[in-house]
Amino acid sequence: MIAGLTHVYGDRIDTDLLAPGAYMKKPIAELARHCLEAVDPKFVTRVKPGDIVVGGSQFGAGSSREQAAYALLLNGVACVLAVSFARIFYRNALNLGLPALTCPTAREIAPGIELSVDPVAGVAIEVATGRRHDCEPIPPHLMAMIGAGGLLPYLEQRSGRTP
Amino acid sequence: MSATLTEKILARAAGAATVLPGEIVTVGVDLAMMHDSGGPRRVKPMLERLGAKVWNPDKVVVVSDHYVPAIDAESAEILDLTRKWVKSAGIARFFDMRGICHVVLPENGLIHPGMMAVGGDSHSPTGGAFGAFMVGIGATEMLGVLVTGEIWLKVPATRRFHWDGRLQPGVSAKDMILRLCAEVDPDDMNYRVAELAGPAITALGMPERMTLCNMTAELGAKTGLIEPDATTAEWLARTGVPEAHALVAAWQGDRDAPVEAVHRYDASALGPQVAAPHNPANSGDIGRHLGQRVDQAYIGACTGAKLDDLQMAARVLKGRKVAPGTRLLIAPATTRTTEQAIKDGTLATLTEAGAILLPSGCGACAGLGAGLLADGEVCIASTARNFKGRMGSGTAAVWLGSPYSVAAAAVAGQIADPREML
Ligand code: SF4
Repeated sequence: MIAGLTHVYGDRIDTDLLAPGAYMKKPIAELARHCLEAVDPKFVTRVKPGDIVVGGSQFGAGSSREQAAYALLLNGVACVLAVSFARIFYRNALNLGLPALTCPTAREIAPGIELSVDPVAGVAIEVATGRRHDCEPIPPHLMAMIGAGGLLPYLEQRSGRTP
Repeated sequence: MSATLTEKILARAAGAATVLPGEIVTVGVDLAMMHDSGGPRRVKPMLERLGAKVWNPDKVVVVSDHYVPAIDAESAEILDLTRKWVKSAGIARFFDMRGICHVVLPENGLIHPGMMAVGGDSHSPTGGAFGAFMVGIGATEMLGVLVTGEIWLKVPATRRFHWDGRLQPGVSAKDMILRLCAEVDPDDMNYRVAELAGPAITALGMPERMTLCNMTAELGAKTGLIEPDATTAEWLARTGVPEAHALVAAWQGDRDAPVEAVHRYDASALGPQVAAPHNPANSGDIGRHLGQRVDQAYIGACTGAKLDDLQMAARVLKGRKVAPGTRLLIAPATTRTTEQAIKDGTLATLTEAGAILLPSGCGACAGLGAGLLADGEVCIASTARNFKGRMGSGTAAVWLGSPYSVAAAAVAGQIADPREML
């Protein structure tokens, strides 16, 4: 179960907004400090661990750069809810351990409210009002990989290589 | 049972008699392409953590194109790491600073009809111009491919974009795909193949077909595809692919194979298109934007700096000059492109008009190299994407157009109809 405050953006939050090209050669921690700055310069200072980013359609459109999902994770984002995701971003996010949930009513979610999300059940609930948003559930076996921190730690765990 | 080209390729790669759209299959990978940005620097530490090796170095191609030539210590480091890793992994096919991956591969005859290929870059659908099924993936997925030689994917349904008629002078493949960017809802293309077909597509040479497939990424498609034909075979034979004609004959979709939808367009009625900032979907007829001031005109990227693209620009620029106060930057897609453009005189036409030549590589396209924009500046580019902040300042505005339209804007100092300069 995930619970956090919402940060709401519109349609087509693209990979250059999430991981701006100008910082792509910098260490990932530095790149992450510029996440979303072109649309919301205060995002990185406002976001708290466990928070939830909400988008419209085609979240993550553009480049195949995994840093787009990674930058959100490094800022403490616990999950992304969007009306739709660009295909490569979606796979990248899950592979890195960031739950991405397709939620047709995501546009109706207000910024700065507390949301509780159950990725396996496929529901997001507005804590104050109890309003429920149905999402596409993430299958339990995928959630196990996401919970392990993504594909790489998951493979390590399964191959017994974890220290 | 009849099948589309996509279904035939995926069935072969999955070792199945047939596959159906929606089915999840694990396929063997015939070719894995990585570049210096998403490749070795990202997969090397992960391979080390797993104690794993590349499954088959002969099926891997690495291209250094994003950070070339190095402009600072950080990019130099990335390139150095790339060179060292390629060597230690035993990868023979390494193209270091020879140009942009999506153009380098076909130039060297590395993409064939029927191939199941992956690329660590979102414009990998460019390979679809050659009848290959090529998709873009992220670095962790690439790790999986490098270790196992396989990847799982959902068999996509095919949507066909059928173009009748014939392009008019001054109108190009770039205008066709910008039109589609404006009309197609990317949510409708998720997990689907955009197949381009019809007489107007058949009439195009391979570089123009590459432009189309390249930007199916902007349509939100999983990949783009054009059925190979005599034009494909001719290119393959010229780049040293054995049995080119037999390969083309072997990889054809069945005429009666069902597709999800067919969208019809008329190339004869199409005029130049430009995309307003900050998304390719903001495309429309150039007539709506005439007079828009331009500080920089950029002919570059895998999408818009192949030899054909430079030739289009030269047709407009011949005997003309770049407007005072406007700069025209040209970064040929590959070093071979530069060679050819020198030989056929194209480059002289461009430089005589006042164009400034930049190295072959991603450069300004992704905000990584020379040619970036200052606050408030306006650029028109032959690239694929005009996202906010992509070419430098977050307050700069980037328009997209064909090489004809970019050259015309350079001459006029503002967006102008290239058809009036031909
Ligand atoms: S030229 Fe631009 S679009 Fe093409 S691979 Fe390089 S960064 Fe990507």
